[in-house]
Amino acid sequence: MPLDQSFVGRSWPPTEPYLVGREKIREFARAIGATDAEYHDPEAARALGYADVVAPPTFPVAITMPASREVVADPALGVDYSRVVHGDQRFVYTRPVVAGDALVCVNTVEEILTRGGHEFLTTRTDVTTEAGEPVVTVWSKLVVRGED
Amino acid sequence: MSAELEPQTFRITRADLIRYAGASGDFNTIHWSDRIATGVGLPGVIAHGMFTMALVGRAVTTWAGAADAVVEFSVRFSRPVPVPDTDEGTEVVVSASVKEVTDEGHTRLSLTATCNGDKVLSMAQALIRKR
Repeated sequence: MPLDQSFVGRSWPPTEPYLVGREKIREFARAIGATDAEYHDPEAARALGYADVVAPPTFPVAITMPASREVVADPALGVDYSRVVHGDQRFVYTRPVVAGDALVCVNTVEEILTRGGHEFLTTRTDVTTEAGEPVVTVWSKLVVRGED
Repeated sequence: MSAELEPQTFRITRADLIRYAGASGDFNTIHWSDRIATGVGLPGVIAHGMFTMALVGRAVTTWAGAADAVVEFSVRFSRPVPVPDTDEGTEVVVSASVKEVTDEGHTRLSLTATCNGDKVLSMAQALIRKR
């Protein structure tokens, strides 16, 4: 069943704030082998001008992927998750995420395309502080593979 | 920054995928179950695309010299990275070349990641802040 084109351009209300923990950043940094002190040691991070330990560039997906489930998992949109592969990923940063941030996500469906029997769903997630200051914008393109 | 940057090599084992699943919250079964991965036509367990991108991100921040130097970062996942259940796992090699210096003085890097000689990303690039 094709994806519902009426979702294009639709945005969802802001999510509950995600509280970025120091241990979560350390855990993520360890998992990707990022050993530099600014990811682990608050003093080293402050010496470099960060408010606290800083997150590696792809850390925001740990926030935006669960946040975008409200879109992707909406039965009305029609995504068969067993046929989904990750197509593209893009980040545009205003500033890096640091421990202590409370971040809010607003999801938007930017595009739905059909090509070669597959469907392409592009979501944009605007990640801001609770006051609405921009932090990072994250685009994900999911490919829903057609029936073989 | 010279035109070609020193390539960086990253080893990936099954243990890395388990650790990344926990840290990122992405528990998609194709990243830990051979049974389910082969059932959907994959050669076996494959790395999370976002794990590969995270390793490329490490290379980019190393080249850039700071975690906050990255202004934009984008990739297309063009081919899976199979990770065999062995002590050695597999390897991803990340290389980059300077594509342009923008009007604002930022440096645009064109990025390449290969596994067993095959390119696993396309249209991968990063924009690095002027320092």
